[in-house]
Amino acid sequence: MVDAVAVEARNVSKVFGTGADAVRALDGVSVTIRENEFFTLLGPSGCGKTTLLRLIAGFELPTAGEILLEGEHVEHLPPYQRPVNTVFQSYALFPHMTVAQNIAFGLEMRNVPRTDIDGTVTEMLGLVKMTGLGGRRPAQLSGGQQQRVALARALANHPKVLLLDEPLSALDLKLRQGMRTELKALQKRTGITFIFVTHDQEEALTMSDRIAVMSQGKIQQLGAPLEIYERPVNRFVADFIGDTNFVAATIDGQAGDYVRCRCEGGIDLLASPIGGVTSGAKVTLALRPEKIQLKSGALGTVAQTVYVGTDTNYEVRLGDGSRINVRQQNAADGQAQFTVGDGVLLEVPAGAARMLQD
Amino acid sequence: MAEQALSASPAADRASRRPGRRFDLKRQPGFGAVAVTCIAVLYAPILIVVGFAFNESRSVTRWSSFSLEWFEKVLANDDIHNAAKNTLLIASCATIIATIIATAAALATTRSRAWRGQTTVYTLINLPLVVPEIVTAVATASFFGLLAVLAGISLGIGNLILTHSVFCIPFAYLPIRARLEDMDLTLEQAAADLYATPWQAFRRVTLPLLTPGISSGAALAFIISFDDFTITQLVAGAGQTTLPLYIWGQLHKVGVTPEVNAISAILLVISILFVTLSFLVGRRR
Amino acid sequence: MALAAASDHIAQVQAGAERRFLLTRQLLSGPAMIVVGVFGVLPLTIMLIYSFLVPATYGGVEWEFTFENYIGFLFQRDIFDDTLHFVPDYLQIYFRTFLLAAFTTVASLIIGFPTAYFMATRPPRQRNFWVFLITLPFWTNLLIRTYAIQLIIRDEGLVNDVLRWLGAIDQPLHILYTNFAIMLGLLYSFLPFMVLPLYTSLEKLDFRLVEAGFDLYATRGKVLRRIVIPLAKPGIIAGCILVFIPALGAYVTPLILGGGKQHMIGSLIAVQFGTSRNWPFGCALAFILMAVVLLALLVYVRSTTGKSKVVHG
Repeated sequence: MVDAVAVEARNVSKVFGTGADAVRALDGVSVTIRENEFFTLLGPSGCGKTTLLRLIAGFELPTAGEILLEGEHVEHLPPYQRPVNTVFQSYALFPHMTVAQNIAFGLEMRNVPRTDIDGTVTEMLGLVKMTGLGGRRPAQLSGGQQQRVALARALANHPKVLLLDEPLSALDLKLRQGMRTELKALQKRTGITFIFVTHDQEEALTMSDRIAVMSQGKIQQLGAPLEIYERPVNRFVADFIGDTNFVAATIDGQAGDYVRCRCEGGIDLLASPIGGVTSGAKVTLALRPEKIQLKSGALGTVAQTVYVGTDTNYEVRLGDGSRINVRQQNAADGQAQFTVGDGVLLEVPAGAARMLQD
Repeated sequence: MAEQALSASPAADRASRRPGRRFDLKRQPGFGAVAVTCIAVLYAPILIVVGFAFNESRSVTRWSSFSLEWFEKVLANDDIHNAAKNTLLIASCATIIATIIATAAALATTRSRAWRGQTTVYTLINLPLVVPEIVTAVATASFFGLLAVLAGISLGIGNLILTHSVFCIPFAYLPIRARLEDMDLTLEQAAADLYATPWQAFRRVTLPLLTPGISSGAALAFIISFDDFTITQLVAGAGQTTLPLYIWGQLHKVGVTPEVNAISAILLVISILFVTLSFLVGRRR
Repeated sequence: MALAAASDHIAQVQAGAERRFLLTRQLLSGPAMIVVGVFGVLPLTIMLIYSFLVPATYGGVEWEFTFENYIGFLFQRDIFDDTLHFVPDYLQIYFRTFLLAAFTTVASLIIGFPTAYFMATRPPRQRNFWVFLITLPFWTNLLIRTYAIQLIIRDEGLVNDVLRWLGAIDQPLHILYTNFAIMLGLLYSFLPFMVLPLYTSLEKLDFRLVEAGFDLYATRGKVLRRIVIPLAKPGIIAGCILVFIPALGAYVTPLILGGGKQHMIGSLIAVQFGTSRNWPFGCALAFILMAVVLLALLVYVRSTTGKSKVVHG
């Protein structure tokens, strides 16, 4: 059974400024976000992810297009008439109010009875593990605590959709990693649709049900984390997510489900195709470093090694001078399997290299 | 790298050869002395007036002994009572009017993209700061004179209140504007996100956070009105004496007397108190 | 089709939001415009009109149009043959006012610069305190402060007492009621106006540039002259303007320290409304003063906008 649609954007565009200085922040973006989904907008700064979030929240009006919440048109409604709540990047906690007053704010605005408000506030404090701290002021809290209050303040209103604008970017690494698990668990528990904006791909991959990778105002690819990582459709997505080798190759013909390619450096491999296969056509292949197996041989030499804890990154120089990065797990005692100067050959499983549409 | 650079300079070498002396690159010889003297001289007249108000003898240059006699005389003086009442009335009313107007104007002119007429408003509000006081005094006197002749309208002390309001507005406006510009815009967005209408957001978020700025501005406006002499002198009608006007009258008639010193001391202390208050309140987060 | 209708709808909503935005802003600034317009700008216009009228016998005006007030600034009509003689008296007063304002500006710069520099080089936590200290006197009553100066510099005053006690002089120095006294008073009133812009400029100074100067064998004096002062130029200019222009319009200072003999423009204007009972002439003088002030400001504003700003660091 397909989940109902929580948020839909239809051909949404947003242009800032006029004339020669005009900036096209969003360019005809259409996306459907389902209920009970942890949906992430991922991309570098300026890609339009925050703009799309703000359009859903109501802080901006789209230049063109429509925005629907559960089937209702909301693109013309101000933020205080939309049943969504936002967790801001800077938390935006009201400095002159206590934690409890902050959390209660949205409920007060909607004239919820006082007893219900108090009950909800206590419930929320428990949900974000801040019980007993209701009387503090934001200035007295740590960054992590402020973030939890911002979360509680939004969730207290039981919104249909929760919008999170890079909420973890101000936290240090350990805290961030802890919050990722907590946010994911929270989403599962409350069943609220989360729309999460981040530029951190690790965050997106670990937390999301689906990711929309964005660049220059457009969605480059939309799919589950595995899909995005294993099957990037174009150069941008392949480059932005994880590490990739970009290998120039010529198509040699078809071989079953795969395409035979002759690559620079003298590598022959079977790649996964995209679209039509024309013999002799020049294509770019994306090949992830960890998909390549290094074995002793004479195809190339190890030019550099970089130890990264669990693995070692090898930079292999091939016969024609081109370089390829390979990532291989270290031995049980932590030693790298190869050192600089070793002769190696590369083993690439069929389909590991992917053709990119460009 | 900075350390190496300093040791390569002969000036630094000379300085560092002196035992226990670190090279302070900011120090300029004599500047400290000038600064301290300057500030001392700035405060000297104020301190002298206040000091000699406590002087027992009638002399304003030779100290004899401590006395509160002149203050007692001043506080019992009916003319001074009258002047004080007028001054307080004008200052209070002008402050209220000016602060309300300045708050509205600050809200209109800050934190938004430029709108048509914004520069005009800004120029108009700050006009009193630019025009010399004597010119304002002359213009206002002519204006009210004409009004009285043409339409027989005289607003009584309202004349002074309205005149004072005009030049108090910029003094209230500037601290409020500063406070507004410092305020985080996302707070109002957060309020809207939490179902607050623009009016509710203003009342529950903007206004409480703006209050220190408003108080600070009001205190400054009060003092400016309280201390005004030039404009009040030319605009005031019969019987509309204020404290500065009273002091001037006394100076003219009998010169500097201990009573004048005493009332002046009181005025100075009030000014200092209000300004300190404004400064402290304005700094509160 | 639906898309076009949706865009229209958005455009409508956007236009509505625009209108509301403009209306709110205009409404909020309305009271300020009205009050300042009616009780600030309108009186100035009346003043201008008055300057073209004829003085009435006991003060006030007669509604008769004339240029006499502006002519009378430079010339005097001979009562017998109606010719105009050039009369330099008023011009002299204007000239003296300019000179006094100029000297005050220079003096306040010489004293104010070290003061501002000192303040700007204090540890950051102290600086607010120094700023507060230097601005505080500005908020106290100018009348009181000025007559306090009179107390100090008059023949029986503190300065003469101290000098006599030191044995430096036998007879008291007649400082009061001279141009020098007026200048002292102006300096006293306007010093904070010079110090604050200088302080703002100097506080922003990147002292690594000073460090570089020392590194390149400059002495303290050279560093001051060739690095600090040029970089503080915007503050210097702002300070000079903030002192010179108000000094032109000073009234209380020449009134009390000039004793009615040494006039500046301000006290001269006031006399027309007092003993001279020549309102139109006073209005004309006031208008000329205001015109000069506004012109000077315009020149300053024009010269600073459009100039490329120096990038610090």
